[in-house]
Amino acid sequence: MSATTAGSYQMPSAAPALLPEEQADPIGKGLLIGGGILGVASILFGFPGILALVWMTMILVGSIRTFGRSAAITGWGISALVLYCLFPFLWLVRLSMDPAANGKVLPSTFSLANYGAVLDNDEFVRAFFNSIIVAGSATAIAMLIGGAAAYALGRLPVPGKQYIMFAVLAVAMFPGISIVGPIFELWRTIGLFDTKTGLVLPNVTFALPMSIWIMSSFFRELPRDLEHAAYMDGATPFQAFRKVMLPLAAPGVFTSAILVFINTWNEFLMAVSLSATSNSITIPAAISFFQGENTLEIPVGPISAASVMVMLPLVAMVLVFQRRIVAGLTAGGVKG
Amino acid sequence: MNPFAYLNKLDERRLGLVMVVPALVLMAIVAAYPVLKAIWLSLHRYNVKVPDDYAFIGLENYTRILSSETWWTAVMTTLSFGVLSVGFEFALGLVMALVMNKGLGSATGLVRVAVLVPWATITIVTALAWKWIFTPTFTFDLVNRITGLFAEESCMLCGHWTSIFAMVFADMWKTAPFIALLLLAGLQSIDQEMYEAADVDGASTMTKFLKITLPSLRPAILVALLFRSLDAMRMFDLAYVMTQGANDTATVSMVAYDFLIKRLDMGVGSAMSVLVFLMVLIVAFIFVKVLGAAPEGTDPKPSRRERKLAASQPLTVEMAH
Repeated sequence: MSATTAGSYQMPSAAPALLPEEQADPIGKGLLIGGGILGVASILFGFPGILALVWMTMILVGSIRTFGRSAAITGWGISALVLYCLFPFLWLVRLSMDPAANGKVLPSTFSLANYGAVLDNDEFVRAFFNSIIVAGSATAIAMLIGGAAAYALGRLPVPGKQYIMFAVLAVAMFPGISIVGPIFELWRTIGLFDTKTGLVLPNVTFALPMSIWIMSSFFRELPRDLEHAAYMDGATPFQAFRKVMLPLAAPGVFTSAILVFINTWNEFLMAVSLSATSNSITIPAAISFFQGENTLEIPVGPISAASVMVMLPLVAMVLVFQRRIVAGLTAGGVKG
Repeated sequence: MNPFAYLNKLDERRLGLVMVVPALVLMAIVAAYPVLKAIWLSLHRYNVKVPDDYAFIGLENYTRILSSETWWTAVMTTLSFGVLSVGFEFALGLVMALVMNKGLGSATGLVRVAVLVPWATITIVTALAWKWIFTPTFTFDLVNRITGLFAEESCMLCGHWTSIFAMVFADMWKTAPFIALLLLAGLQSIDQEMYEAADVDGASTMTKFLKITLPSLRPAILVALLFRSLDAMRMFDLAYVMTQGANDTATVSMVAYDFLIKRLDMGVGSAMSVLVFLMVLIVAFIFVKVLGAAPEGTDPKPSRRERKLAASQPLTVEMAH
């Protein structure tokens, strides 16, 4: 970098892409700002597509001249990444205000009427509470059962540990469709069909592998000395677990709880197969049941509004717990 | 009375058993029993609507399914979707991981949140959003233009292959960022000295990528690949919402669901679900073989669990601090 700075003093504009950052470059800035204005305007007001080539080139050249090639490329990469990840969500927000987009970016009205309509819809509100109850209790039970199993598998001498771990892994690989038929039949016989309990049980089972993998990886990281110290003080193995290890592993438990909750909130196959009425129907199933035969018949506005509202708690969770979630996802490395 | 009195008296071995048993029981009831029951039902003629007509018919359900065109179309759709989505997700995920690795330091929090949003989005909502993005009336102009290059009247969801690609795009959006996070954790755990040493040797960027980056990421990539492929093999919700099986885009899970839950034909439906299970098993088997095929270094062949642990190890270590 310093070599370039020193050399560029004599160098005219032979290699504009390599211009150092410190040197003022009105052309680059002008291109960048002009291209940006033109770009925003053409996206908002739908200028002809051929113009896109012009403003994209302007922005590209402008940013390279202003920030240097490497920084510009990284910056563009990061911006594109963020935009790509948020675009569908933002598009739903836009459709929720004015569904007939027909290519235009800005909605013709900024009305929240569809949100009101969704909140007035009894079915949706009940589905929302069903989802909270099902996902909440499935998560709590999975933490209890899975946490115990994770501790045992992570730190205690359990006979046949490999086989148990393999069984857990096998359950993680299970296609839901292979078990939904018999469960459907069994639930109908014993009266669990279309009940929240009937949804909680399979969800707990699907959540177990993930919670066991993540939590046992957290439990394994705790130092051995802690247990020994507890034993020296006369604690039994269970007391060592409850009083010493569990409090220390609490962040790990919490992390897996977030991941399990989001996964359960998302569960669809069991939800459409094992529920029929608003007695137990969850959000994903309720949203999908709105679908008509013809694409144009779907109430796009209200469904978009409902989708956005359902997303808000999850986006809030992501905002608050981002570090934990990333730690949990990468520590478990198991399932998305 | 201490509720834990019983547990307090146990030694390590017994306590371990007691703590593992509830999970095993639940998995046995809600996972193992239904699979066995499905295998049993698949050998019978049994429709819930006509319970009297219940008879053992051997493999007849299987021969019927395996000679039906619908089934093989669904198998091809599922496999195409699987190969395309997993391939694209990894390519995009790797690019994203490299970009994030290079650009970290500026706005990390914002980037992390943005990347987690697709992962946290309900699949049904993902499917709807992309369905509408790919439907001209509800679309965004730029997308309309781009899809217009590939599909007639820019209607992505009107043809077989364009529909599959639409689903691939939706799946890619939802999971590529997640894969990028996994790979990023792997990237950040690579010893920087290796790159410095390579620089001294005058290695090119490409060489460094192929000889250092990719091999270091291999364990993380393989584990993620395995689970993504299994997810793709059992894909149900995306197709259910985006295409509803139109243009021959029903996946195997959808066809099985149609027989099991819609037609209540437990015999044929169970046979299909067993076949899906076999497909998943075969894919898992191939991957586990691949995972064990070339253990790094000359260590004696590790057990499946150790391999699994080794695969997640660099990540775990990375996230510990």
